[in-house]
Amino acid sequence: MSTNLRKHDFNTFLTALVASLLGNPAQAAWEVNMPVGVTDASAKIFDLHMLIFWVCVVIAVIVFSAMIYCLVAFRKSKGAVPATFSHSTTAEIVWTVIPVLILVAMAVPAAQTLVEIDDTRDTEMTIKITGYQWKWQYEYVGEDVSFYSNLAASSNETRQLRSGIDPFQEDNYLLDVDRPLVVPADTKIRYLITSNDVIHAWWVPDFAVKKDAIPGFINEGWFRVNEPGVYRGQCAELCGKDHGFMPVVVEVLPREEFTAWLAGQQGGAAVASAATAR
Amino acid sequence: MSATTTHDEHHDDHGPAKGIMRWITTTNHKDIGTLYLVFALAMLFVGGAMSLVIRAELFQPGLQFVNPDFFNQMTTMHALIMVFGMIMPAFVGFANWMVPMMIGAPDMALPRLNNWSFWILPFAGTLLLSTLFMDGGGPASGWTLYPPLVLQTGNALPFAIFSVHLLGVSSIMGSINIIVTIMNMRAPGMTLLKMPLFVWTWLITAYLLIAVMPVLAGGVTMLLTDGFFGTSFFQAAGGGDPVLFQHIFWFFGHPEVYIIILPAFGIISQVIPTFSRKPLFGHDSMVYATASIAFLSFIVWAHHMFTVGMPLAGQLFFMLSTMLIAIPTGVKVFNWTATMWRGSLSFETPMLFALAFLFLFTIGGFSGLMVAIAPADFQYHDSYFVVAHFHYVLVPGALFGAIAGAYYWLPKWTGHMYNETLGKVHFWLSAIFVNLTFFPQHFVGLAGMPRRIPDYATQFADFNAISSVGAFGFGFSQLLLVYVVIQCVRGGEKASAQVWDGAEGLEWTVPSPAPYHTFEEPPLVR
Repeated sequence: MSTNLRKHDFNTFLTALVASLLGNPAQAAWEVNMPVGVTDASAKIFDLHMLIFWVCVVIAVIVFSAMIYCLVAFRKSKGAVPATFSHSTTAEIVWTVIPVLILVAMAVPAAQTLVEIDDTRDTEMTIKITGYQWKWQYEYVGEDVSFYSNLAASSNETRQLRSGIDPFQEDNYLLDVDRPLVVPADTKIRYLITSNDVIHAWWVPDFAVKKDAIPGFINEGWFRVNEPGVYRGQCAELCGKDHGFMPVVVEVLPREEFTAWLAGQQGGAAVASAATAR
Repeated sequence: MSATTTHDEHHDDHGPAKGIMRWITTTNHKDIGTLYLVFALAMLFVGGAMSLVIRAELFQPGLQFVNPDFFNQMTTMHALIMVFGMIMPAFVGFANWMVPMMIGAPDMALPRLNNWSFWILPFAGTLLLSTLFMDGGGPASGWTLYPPLVLQTGNALPFAIFSVHLLGVSSIMGSINIIVTIMNMRAPGMTLLKMPLFVWTWLITAYLLIAVMPVLAGGVTMLLTDGFFGTSFFQAAGGGDPVLFQHIFWFFGHPEVYIIILPAFGIISQVIPTFSRKPLFGHDSMVYATASIAFLSFIVWAHHMFTVGMPLAGQLFFMLSTMLIAIPTGVKVFNWTATMWRGSLSFETPMLFALAFLFLFTIGGFSGLMVAIAPADFQYHDSYFVVAHFHYVLVPGALFGAIAGAYYWLPKWTGHMYNETLGKVHFWLSAIFVNLTFFPQHFVGLAGMPRRIPDYATQFADFNAISSVGAFGFGFSQLLLVYVVIQCVRGGEKASAQVWDGAEGLEWTVPSPAPYHTFEEPPLVR
């Protein structure tokens, strides 16, 4: 490990620490929450996440206040004399029933969201995703387009043991690929996912999609992206030594641009596929 | 029987044999309890060293120290050692020492079995550690041992599986012993519902162990035959099902989570009343809550598998059943709080660790509620949020429970008071560093960092650096525990039989240190 690198990181660390203490939220490095994402599903999941979070916060404030009150008010050093009660049926019923009601209130929106996410009807196109140690293959079903997606060469060089290259110099260290998956915006896309060797998981936080790629199984799911853009994720299921080095990158194009892109691929698909296969 | 044997037995009645043979041949519950606890403490540092390798590598992005395969071996072995080698033996050690003394029994019901169930452990542990030096390295598939990945392990696979078998045999024998002891050797008047909560939680834990360790043994045996005897239980190419293993593993794995935490609940339920100088609130409802948690633990396992592609009905069922666990767990937290309510609190080291447990385990419970929500779990699953969640329930949860128990009963075991000042320093260092280590992991997980990766995108760098600083601080703080324990064993202020003025229970009626044999005549329980 180079001393420069260490120094650099320490400096970034200090700068960031100072920045955060001063209340400067500008740096993405201090992101503390789940992304809202760019699909209706991801926004719903984000809302659900925040709902449970605030429910937990409210319960925490009540419970922790009671605990802290005990620690302050009932100190032996302040001459507190212990009471002798050891149960109260009423209290016990109350704090069993209230959590039941809270849980029911949370289960309803959770179940609704689950049902909505599960609905794979009326999809407009299908993409087959196959996990390999350690890359993804994307196949546009019925379109005769298929290619592999590997970790970008520059990240691959930097991530070698003691490479001496500073990861901070890269734009999307470990989150960039040679060929991203390209999909159209505003389209309900069904994905079929499987694996050729061990179990992988395809995760794009901005879509709130995480699905296991399992050999011998074909799982399905869907997403519909509202905003064109480039979205990044990673393999989420431990799949061997390069598990951390098989990112997912999805480029979402406006529909017309996508149609043009697809037509371009259909001409040179076989060539492209042969060129990138490792 | 020869005269010599008779003489030896007679001699044993007055005290332990001398030298190393005392420890190898012992059938005394206190000696065996000590062996378990010392073994667990040693494994805490072995497993802890592995976690420091992980945190050193994750201190900054890029690979500085280890290659990814060795990193995976470290995550795998860290978990296996901490679960099977550290926390489970630690609680069996507490059970050995305290269960007979708490129910007024002279010893465990099956002393030879007791000796054997301990002495399997060092061999099983050594076997497991030795896999790191084998061709192809140790298992690198995560402690969950998912096929097909685990079948890519080198020569280590059969050794690791055999070691899991041995650890399981040891746990099952220990559990049988605990159940038989509790069921048959309680002092007259010690009815089931009069038993201290620590005994209750262990009784339930022991049943859980007997129910699920054979399931794990079956699962890993099927891995073994898949790997070496041409079967295809879990190999799709031969008509098998990789997900079947996950169902088997988590049918074991989820009750295992409660096997780890229930004895800690028991210890906390002893410590909080003592230092609140007030009886445990809702003793019976605590017992029922523990039993409910144990029952529910059998029907929630697939919440570890929300992303495998279960049918909608399955996802709904496992989400709802998992949410139910919050109810009995809530009852426990509320009862502990009510125990302190209008008590007379003092803050000796065991109480400090119990209070940290109460606050931080509850935080782990909240994140547990969050990961139970299946749609949100699509984001949390296999991210650092999950790592933060289960470390909150395992470290300031189970481990702090064990440390609270150690400080609580150390004067009873050694006859000396430990150094209270050092104990408090140990507490504050542990409590601060444990949060520094694990709290930032919630953030990187939510922001999208997957677990079990040796290197990460640069936006996760700052929180990871903080987490690594915390981990080293926490790790080295634990050396203080070793120092305090050794100091306490060697000497110190004499402890009275009662030790803590608010303590209740049979273990406080015998002198400190507890004589080699206690309750040869059963005490009468009112």
